[in-house]
Amino acid sequence: MQQRLPVLICFVAGILMFLQYFSRHPVARTVFVSINDYWQIIFAFTLLVGVAAFGKSNLRQIGRGIDTPYRFIALSGLVIMPVLAIIGGIKIDSPFQWAFEYMLAPMQATVFSLLAFFVASASYRGFRARNLQAAVLLGAALIVLIGRVPISEMISDSFPKVTFWIQNYPSMSARRGILIGIGLGSMTTALRVILGIERTYLRGE
Amino acid sequence: MSSKLFVDSERPARLYGIMSFRQTRRLLISLLLIFSASIGHASNQEPVDTAWFDTGTLPTLILSLAAIFIVLYSIRTIKAGREFFIREIPGLKAVEEAVGRATEMGAPILYTPGWGGDIQRPTTIASMNILSTVAEKTARYDCRLIYPTHDPVIMAVAQEVVREGYASAGYPDRYRADDIFYISSSQFGYAAAVDGFISRDRPASVFLLGTFEAESLILAETANSIGAIQIAGTDSTIQLAFFIVACDYTLIGEELFAASGYLSQNNMILSSVKAQDVLKILIGLFIVIAIIWATIDPSSTWWRF
Repeated sequence: MQQRLPVLICFVAGILMFLQYFSRHPVARTVFVSINDYWQIIFAFTLLVGVAAFGKSNLRQIGRGIDTPYRFIALSGLVIMPVLAIIGGIKIDSPFQWAFEYMLAPMQATVFSLLAFFVASASYRGFRARNLQAAVLLGAALIVLIGRVPISEMISDSFPKVTFWIQNYPSMSARRGILIGIGLGSMTTALRVILGIERTYLRGE
Repeated sequence: MSSKLFVDSERPARLYGIMSFRQTRRLLISLLLIFSASIGHASNQEPVDTAWFDTGTLPTLILSLAAIFIVLYSIRTIKAGREFFIREIPGLKAVEEAVGRATEMGAPILYTPGWGGDIQRPTTIASMNILSTVAEKTARYDCRLIYPTHDPVIMAVAQEVVREGYASAGYPDRYRADDIFYISSSQFGYAAAVDGFISRDRPASVFLLGTFEAESLILAETANSIGAIQIAGTDSTIQLAFFIVACDYTLIGEELFAASGYLSQNNMILSSVKAQDVLKILIGLFIVIAIIWATIDPSSTWWRF
């Protein structure tokens, strides 16, 4: 019973969501909207659980003296931002917005900007011509990199055309091949879950 | 609309008697206004489609039912005793190696489902299946498994999956609920926290299996910089390119979804993996026929849906 009921709920919900896709009837739409609304409600409650677990875990680690400064900063952020929002509101000139725009957003931008350096280091390793396949990859990458900037037209009119061809034919066909595999994999995984064959999410067999 | 339009407040009793000409005229005007307003309101709304079946989705329905039939037929044949060959998947074979390495080094294992997905995504479910196997192995070797996530629902499910993995291995006492934790729903907040963990605790093995977006390369390169063995897999073709460059093993395309059957050797799951191959052959045949048809008859459109 501990597993049968969740499997049954999963089966009914899965079949309902599958069937509603093929209908434009108001009842089908209502079912779809209602299920999504309930999902949002469940998510809001689980967010509380997540935040509580986050706080508990960090407090416990502070008690053990592990990464104490970082955990203090994380917890202070967790407390200060809601307090600012409750006291001063979330209007454009509120302290909450100030903290968001001048503290949170620049920190996020800083982490995002690391990507540029990581792309450079990963490309350096990836484009080493160790064998024939890697050499072909390197050649294609160089053509595409040059072909995507305005200077390529000054070198040769063929550069943009070759770049377009590489991106839209060999590259796109490989990507579509992978996408077909992903689509089929997603479908069979979903089917296994709906039919109750796959039960890992329910603590296994 | 105010009721004062047709109700004379000074003489309310007259409403129930015979109305004067002026009152009758005001009532008619009011009714006309209400009627015209309701017509205007109705004309502003889109016509409601009440058809139970949307004929535009017929090809999708036929293909879906055909795919479901093939999957169910495969499950039935394998139940009847027929066995199928599933090729070796290096990324999944390396799971044992990754756990063994972490055990030898006395370092933890980091497992991240990425930032992009939620529990509804098949990729997350597929990732949970691999997590189950990894948890069993880490329980046996008494190796610490850390699972930071951006989604509290994923956190709850992962806690159950790992707890069950430890129980299946026979070591429920080694399970640490604190090691499966929620960090932040912010993409780069999550990436920064996981990066910080990788830099400070230096895990020996890193599993990047799930739905990833821009944080993929940030995590993979940081793990690469500390020399961790990395096994990655995602449903995003853009991030796959980054993983192939930065990680030791990458599960490409359907390999991530085949992991469950491959690792558990469950016949029912393996049969559905085999069904994927049958469907792929059928799609390949369709593409070849469509190419030939379109070459012979460029005006044909039957294959476009």
